[in-house]
Amino acid sequence: MSENRCCCGCTDENSLKLGKIIDKYKGTRGALIPVLHEVQEVYGYLPEDILKEISEKLNVSLAEIYGVVTFYTQFSLNPKGRFKINICMGTACYVKGSGDILDKFKQKLGIDVGQCTEDGKFSLDACRCIGACGLAPVIMVNDDVHGRLVPDDVDAILEKYKDL
Amino acid sequence: MQLYRAHVLVCAGTGCTSSNSLKIMDEMEALLASNGLDSEVKIVKTGCFGLCAEGPIVVVYPEGAMYTRVEVSDVKEIVEEHLLKGRIVKRLLAGEKESEDISKSLEGVDFFNRQMRIALRNCGRINPEDINEYIAFDGYKALENVLTEMTPEAVIDEMKKSGLRGRGGGGFPTGMKWDFAAKQTADQKYVCCNADEGDPGAFMDRSVLEGDPHSVIEAMSIAGFAIGATQGYIYVRAEYPIAVKRLQLAIDQAIEYGILGDNVLGTGHKFNLEIRLGAGAFVCGEETALMTSIEGHRGEPRPRPPFPAVKGLWGKPTILNNVETYANVPVIILKGAEWFSGIGTEKSKGTKVFALGGKINNTGLVEVPMGTTLREVVYDIGGGIPKGKKFKAAQTGGPSGGCIPASHLDTPIDYDSLIALGSMMGSGGLIVMDEDNCMVDIAKFFLEFTVDESCGKCPPCRIGTKRMLEILERITEGKGAAGDIEMLELLAKNIKASALCGLGQTAPNPILSTLRYFRDEYEAHVFDKKCPAGVCKSMMKYTVDETKCKSCGICAKVCPMSCIKGEKKVPYVIDNSKCAKCGVCMEKCPFKAISKG
Repeated sequence: MSENRCCCGCTDENSLKLGKIIDKYKGTRGALIPVLHEVQEVYGYLPEDILKEISEKLNVSLAEIYGVVTFYTQFSLNPKGRFKINICMGTACYVKGSGDILDKFKQKLGIDVGQCTEDGKFSLDACRCIGACGLAPVIMVNDDVHGRLVPDDVDAILEKYKDL
Repeated sequence: MQLYRAHVLVCAGTGCTSSNSLKIMDEMEALLASNGLDSEVKIVKTGCFGLCAEGPIVVVYPEGAMYTRVEVSDVKEIVEEHLLKGRIVKRLLAGEKESEDISKSLEGVDFFNRQMRIALRNCGRINPEDINEYIAFDGYKALENVLTEMTPEAVIDEMKKSGLRGRGGGGFPTGMKWDFAAKQTADQKYVCCNADEGDPGAFMDRSVLEGDPHSVIEAMSIAGFAIGATQGYIYVRAEYPIAVKRLQLAIDQAIEYGILGDNVLGTGHKFNLEIRLGAGAFVCGEETALMTSIEGHRGEPRPRPPFPAVKGLWGKPTILNNVETYANVPVIILKGAEWFSGIGTEKSKGTKVFALGGKINNTGLVEVPMGTTLREVVYDIGGGIPKGKKFKAAQTGGPSGGCIPASHLDTPIDYDSLIALGSMMGSGGLIVMDEDNCMVDIAKFFLEFTVDESCGKCPPCRIGTKRMLEILERITEGKGAAGDIEMLELLAKNIKASALCGLGQTAPNPILSTLRYFRDEYEAHVFDKKCPAGVCKSMMKYTVDETKCKSCGICAKVCPMSCIKGEKKVPYVIDNSKCAKCGVCMEKCPFKAISKG
């Protein structure tokens, strides 16, 4: 990641995008959260030196940005895996056994919620309702939804992404 | 305009999209073209039909044949049989597949014919990405009437007379809220829409935004006219990418058609709309927290008064309603307050959308008149509990609500009856639980949620809910002690009385309502160290029935903890101190000799 990052004004692709995002929201009231959303879209997470740059350009203190970033679960200060596994722990999924699915993923990947495997391939998160309650229990791997799961399906799902 | 002899409606809500409905649409398009039908048959990408459990859903008009659980491989048959030869593909029909006529079509399915769809009127009927289809179904006509024939006072009066109450949880009368804001004098006022549907298990707002985004835009513009606001914000969950996309598209189209902007429909009314994305904080569903979040800060609530109608977003008078509330507004204007107030019960008018989930056959969205009984919703519309299990409770109101037991199945559902039962309407999540669900575990689940989502600003919520969770954890681990239940009740009472915002004030509800109806389950955990539903793992024990065991050794082989020992002709024994309670042994035993309890 680090070779793509720059805050010295040089012109690599991501920092160009960063500049554009900040320009787009300059002068908008309450710009911080939309900026953070779009920046996370570019980098996959919110790197510290990028936050410093946002702080300077939007004239918001770094402490306040840190406060906002850690308040909302959508924002992450740590890199995520290439495949982000999100287990729905909404009520409908929970009563249909999503806890067992989560346990199986933890066991298979050897990581806890919020962590990433050492090879950077999978990260595991629990989320609140993705709104596909009709397919409960559901999980998301990046943007793919897998529904009506039982713990035995976990192996096949991991297998599908392992070699991608 | 081109005329088509048949229309194929394909659901593109989140549920059906997750099970490949977009691929079905592509396949349909390709096959229509190769059969030369593309000029005769039109494919319409619609919002959610509501019957999510049976998705993906495809409906063919003029017959109204409703196909369910359609696979990409079924499309060929639908095109070649139904669309080409006019023979309905019976095996894919909803409901009774063998019936001769198609009365089991869209209107004939019990799931639909007991509903009354007002807020969901266009969901599953129009293409949400085409403003013309909304306009064709009387869209923006209410706005036009309001701007050309009514005064702001008349609009507010109509809303008051209709009896519409907020559909997001509190049930505050919408007309009164608008009236408060209208009476303020200020250089700027705001109209906000709460689409931060945080209740895990509720997805009606998402479905309205995905299936009928223009109805929300129209209603917000009407609200702007009524209170004198020119700017609106829609605060929507970032977890709903399809809804966000369609909403933005709808806003862009409305601007293009002169429906949003500085001169709405040429009448001089000014109204602009912006989308703001939530970032995953449940507390932002609380009105003051939501506004703080739009302002770009941590979404912490503020004490009220001053109420938002006086001092809201950026210190200006603001009204905030939720998506479903807004979806009702254009219909009320068009059909009149009298018509609307004729539906429902004495104090709760109109209909309510419920998201049916959990242990129920027809998971999905239903809209019924207020006053419909829980039994009708669960059994007649929802199709009852899967596998013939026994109904134990229905949870309404999410983390702020409570559980309604079987003894109250015949209560007519409205705002006030639910509160009397110790629950609340909330946004309309309705999760059904059967005999296999442990009510202490459910209370713990909601408390975990609240502790996680508490913003930390006020101590009763930040510390109090944490203490309650610790007690519940002890109880479910079999370490409960005498006095724990009373301590829970005391904490609950104090938190309700002293927390700053709605999140904290209602956080104890799941515990109080389960204690009210299922105290025996709590007592079984605390005193007998038993979980009657067999959910709480640390209290569970797997045992081998010696009379049934044939010493085949399969259980020992499949056990991941290697804690089952035995030898030929001697019954096997499980060492429960090492057992991980995974249940594999019980599942694999060919002689059903292993039981849990």
